[in-house]
Amino acid sequence: MASLITCPHCGVRPKEEFTIRGDASRGRPEPMDTDEAWHDYVYVRANPRGRTLEHWHHVAGCRRFLVVERDTATHAVYSVVDAAEFVRRAEQ
Amino acid sequence: MRYSAFSLVRNALSGNLNWKPQWRQPQPKPHYDVIIVGGGGHGLSTAYYLAKEFGVKNVAVLEKSYLGSGNVGRNTTIVRSNYMLPGNEPFYEFSMKLWEGLEQDLNYNVMLSQRGVIMLYHSDGQRDAYVRRGNAMWMEGVAAELIEREQLKKMIPFLNYDHARYPILGGLLQRRAGTARHDAVAWGYARGADQHGVDIIEHCEVTGIRRENGVVMGVETTKGFIGCGKLALAAAGNTSRVGEMADLKLPLESHVLQAFVTEGLKPCIDHVIVYGGGHFYISQSDKGGLVFGAEIDGYSSYAQRGNLATAEHVMEEGVTMIPGLSRVRVLRAWGGVMDMSMDGSPIIDRTSIDNLYLNCGWCYGGFKATPASGYCFAHLIAKNDTHPVARALRLDRFARGYAVDEAGAGPQPNLH
Repeated sequence: MASLITCPHCGVRPKEEFTIRGDASRGRPEPMDTDEAWHDYVYVRANPRGRTLEHWHHVAGCRRFLVVERDTATHAVYSVVDAAEFVRRAEQ
Repeated sequence: MRYSAFSLVRNALSGNLNWKPQWRQPQPKPHYDVIIVGGGGHGLSTAYYLAKEFGVKNVAVLEKSYLGSGNVGRNTTIVRSNYMLPGNEPFYEFSMKLWEGLEQDLNYNVMLSQRGVIMLYHSDGQRDAYVRRGNAMWMEGVAAELIEREQLKKMIPFLNYDHARYPILGGLLQRRAGTARHDAVAWGYARGADQHGVDIIEHCEVTGIRRENGVVMGVETTKGFIGCGKLALAAAGNTSRVGEMADLKLPLESHVLQAFVTEGLKPCIDHVIVYGGGHFYISQSDKGGLVFGAEIDGYSSYAQRGNLATAEHVMEEGVTMIPGLSRVRVLRAWGGVMDMSMDGSPIIDRTSIDNLYLNCGWCYGGFKATPASGYCFAHLIAKNDTHPVARALRLDRFARGYAVDEAGAGPQPNLH
């Protein structure tokens, strides 16, 4: 259940400790990118039914941004990694 | 069959054996002028007004389950028009006026109860904000009253006026607002649409949208292919998934909102009360149960159920506002999946595909909008022109920079 999130730094914590920023799969456009690219980034969402990647900010804990992979239909959480670690893995 | 006092007596005297079904169960025809995807309140009201007001008779409503199985059967039944922004207030007031004539129009008892909606305030700043909202309502010709603390204590004595953090200082009241029976709204519109020749096809899930040369030709369904001239999407909660079938990119997330009903009590809450200290709202149903809900669960979800932590949070808010609630038993809880749009306001518009129309993004305010949503959507489909009160609710408003951001929370759906 997504009521509980296992923070890689703090352990199992209730979701009330987190602020959720949504979709973590989109890349931020360059500052001078087209209006359309920025519109898509700010407003448009894939909104999948199933596995999704999201930013969860552990506000009441370590204050780190985390990337949580979970299922939007079953609420099952598959993985939680620190956002910096997530970017490092993506770059490798 | 029209309902009347005479028909009630006649059917009572014949043992209630001669009532007819309220709508037919037709097989889909090969082609319709308009197909509406989604047999909820908005889909049904769209079909009703298309047939009745705009003369488009060859219409089908496709519902993947049974009528009323989605959000129209999963809400807290509140109707109101106490909005502030120019893009919203005229639209919801149009809806409120349609509610007021709906029972006569449909010949159906939707149990509209104009018991008044009162939004409580807890600080001087919040009072100012509600004065401003009340004035904005008056500017659109909608009556609003500011109720001061002493007057409120006489009206609603059981609130916790001396809470240390959220003392109740007063409230903004819209007397014409209230509640309606949600299932009856779906059934009434279904019956009305059916009487005007609309085919309501239940247990018919849309699995694909067929296009040729960029034009929508029809839909693939679990009952086979059905052709159409125009396709209208009113599949709240699942709009992204249906839109995906036509490659639409939408400013939506799906979120779950929980609501609760307690055991039946004698009449004790006369109004709909909204707690300004959080997001809690409560009313008493005609059966006696207290109906209440609060904020969304926070993260996107397609599950028609919520998490227990949010349920606990809702109860805390309720007991903070009405201490006596702590002794009432909750009988049922349920969750509805809604489109949360990026500015918290709905979308009624054409899409980039000429004969594909879109009605979505109702967040958790869809029920009160049911009549106006259907009317404006039908207007758009029939005339290819946006209804005047829905002009601010177009899809391209985000790109143009004209978001209708009632909460002032920016482009983050879980904050609206």
